[in-house]
Amino acid sequence: MRASAWSDPVFRWLCMACAALCGLLMVAFFVQLAFASGEAWSRFGLNFFVSTEWDPVRHVYGALPAIAGTVCTTVIALVIALPLAFVSALFIVDAPPWLSRVLGQAVDLLAAIPSIIYGMWGLFVLVPLMDRLWVALGVDNAFGGIGLLTSSLILSLMILPYICAVMRDVLRMTPPMLRESAFGVGCTRWETARDILMRYGIRGLLGGIFIGLGRALGETMAVLFVAGNIMKVPTGLLDGCTTIAATLANNFAEAEGVQRSALFALGLILLVMAFVIQVLAQYYLRMTGAKRGEK
Amino acid sequence: METIERPVVAERPAAPQADGPTLVGLGRPPYKTLFWRKLQDNLVQGFSVAALALAVGVMVWILATILIRGSEALSWDFLTTVSAPHGFKGGIGNALVGTLYVTLFAALIAVPPAICAGIWLAEFGKRSRLADTLRFSANVMMGMPSIVVGLFVYMILVVPMGANSGLAGSVALAILMFPVVMRTTEDMLMMVPDTLRESGLALGLTRCRVTLQIICRAARNGMVTGVLLAVARVSGETAPLLFTAQFAKGWPTHFFTGPTANIPVLINDYGMSNFEDLQTAGWGASLVIAALVLSINIIARVAFRDKKD
Repeated sequence: MRASAWSDPVFRWLCMACAALCGLLMVAFFVQLAFASGEAWSRFGLNFFVSTEWDPVRHVYGALPAIAGTVCTTVIALVIALPLAFVSALFIVDAPPWLSRVLGQAVDLLAAIPSIIYGMWGLFVLVPLMDRLWVALGVDNAFGGIGLLTSSLILSLMILPYICAVMRDVLRMTPPMLRESAFGVGCTRWETARDILMRYGIRGLLGGIFIGLGRALGETMAVLFVAGNIMKVPTGLLDGCTTIAATLANNFAEAEGVQRSALFALGLILLVMAFVIQVLAQYYLRMTGAKRGEK
Repeated sequence: METIERPVVAERPAAPQADGPTLVGLGRPPYKTLFWRKLQDNLVQGFSVAALALAVGVMVWILATILIRGSEALSWDFLTTVSAPHGFKGGIGNALVGTLYVTLFAALIAVPPAICAGIWLAEFGKRSRLADTLRFSANVMMGMPSIVVGLFVYMILVVPMGANSGLAGSVALAILMFPVVMRTTEDMLMMVPDTLRESGLALGLTRCRVTLQIICRAARNGMVTGVLLAVARVSGETAPLLFTAQFAKGWPTHFFTGPTANIPVLINDYGMSNFEDLQTAGWGASLVIAALVLSINIIARVAFRDKKD
C-alpha cells in the first residue's frame, strides 16, 4: 500500500487522540479528586462546608476557614486590582504606539515573574513594611504584618497584569467609529471610556475580571508565604488566615488517612470554584470573540 | 488602529436661568459644568498614570530586591555545589540541574502531543462541536489552580510508584503546559492563509505532509514562541512540584524513581526557614530562576516575534 493511502487517516486520528487528551484530563481531575476525597465526604457530609474545626488529633476537619480565606483574599485582591487594571488598560490603549508597546511588555513581564518570587518578596519586603505601617499608625497588629490584607495586596499585584492584558485587548476591539463619535459630540476621554468603551466591551471586561479571579483563587505560593496559615475564619483585615491552596501546600506532605482525604476534598472544592469561574470567563470572552468574528 | 487626536471638549449649552422665560421647573441642570468634566477627566488620567507607575514600579522593586539580595549569594561555587543544610556552605547546583531535567522532560512529554492537538483543532476539527468542546476545555484548563494538578499527579503517579520522583514533577508541569501549547499552536496555524494549504494539496501532497511540511513551517516562529513562553511559565511553578518532585539533598541521579531537587521547592524551603544563610541562598536561587524565566520570555518575544508586529 502506498504511504499516502494510510498516512492521512492515521495522522488525523493521532491528532484527534491528542486533542481528546485535553478533555479527558479535565474529566479525570474531577473523577480522581472526587474518588480520593470520598472518605471525607462520607464522614463529614455537607457539614464539611460549615465546620470551622481543623483538628488532626481528633480527626475532625472542616473547610470553612480555608474557603472563607480563599474567598476573602480573592475578593479583596480583585477590588484593589480592578480599578487599577482598568485605568492602566485605558492608558495603554490611548498612549502613543511606542509607549503603549513598552508598557504592554512591562505588564507582560510582571505576569511572567514566578509566583514564588512574589512570595519571597512579600515575606521579606512587604510584610515588614506593613508591620511598620501599622505600628506607626497605632493599629492593633497581633499578626505582625502577615495576614489577609497583605495576602490580598500581593494577589492584586499578581492578577493586575492578567486583567490589564485582557482589558487592553477588549478595549482595542472597540470600533474606532464609536470613540470618534463620542469625541465628536464633545465627550471627554473619561466620559468616552465610561459611557462608550465600557458599555461596548462589558462582556470582555467581565471575562477579564473572571480570568483574574481564577488566577487569584488558585494562587498558592505567594499566599502561603504571607497569609500566616491560621486555620480560622478571618474577622478583620489584619487577621492571619489561610486559603485552600495554602492549606494543601502546607499539610499535604505529612497528612495521612482522613486528613489526606479531607485535603483532597478541599482540592475538589477549589477545582469546582475555579472551574465555575473559568467557565464564566470563557462564556463572556467568547461572546466578545464572536462579535469580533462577525465583522 | 490609528491613534485618535485628543478632541477639543465642546462647551455644552449654558444652563437655563432660573428666572428665564421658558423651561420652568427644570431645576438644576442634569449635566455638570465643563470645569468639572475636565477636572474629572484629568483626575482619571492622573490616576491611570499612577496605576501604571505603581505596576511598573513594583516590578522594578521586586527585580531590584532579588538582584540586590540574590547577588550576595551568587558565585560560581553557589551555582555548582550541592545544597547543604544550615551552617554548611552549600549551593544550588543540584536544584539547578534538577529544574532543567524536570522542565525539559516536561516539554518533551507535553510539546509533541500538544502540537498534534493544536493541528487537529486548526486543520481537522475547525468549528465542529467536538473541537469547540476541546477548545473550551483547554481554555478552562489553562486557568486551573496548579496545586490541584499537583494533587492529581500525586494520586496517579506518586502513589502507584510508591515514591516522589522527578518524573511525576515533569508530568505535572507537562499537564500545565499542554493546553497553553495546544491553543497557541492552533492560533498560529489559523493565521496561515488557506491558499498555502490549497497549493500544497493541488501539488498532490497528502494532508499530513501539507500540514507538517508547509503549514507548520509557515507558522514555525509563532509556535516556537508559544512553546518557549509555556516553558518559561512552568519553569517557575512551585505548587505542582511540592508533592511530586519534592526535594532531594543530592544530585538528581534518580530522576525516574526518586525525589529530585529543583529550584522552586528549594526557594520555598529556604524562604520558610529561620536561618539567615539559607534565606540568602533562597534569594540567590530566586535571582537565578527569575533570570532564567525572564530571559526565556524576552528571547521568545524578541527573537521569534512575528514580522507583522
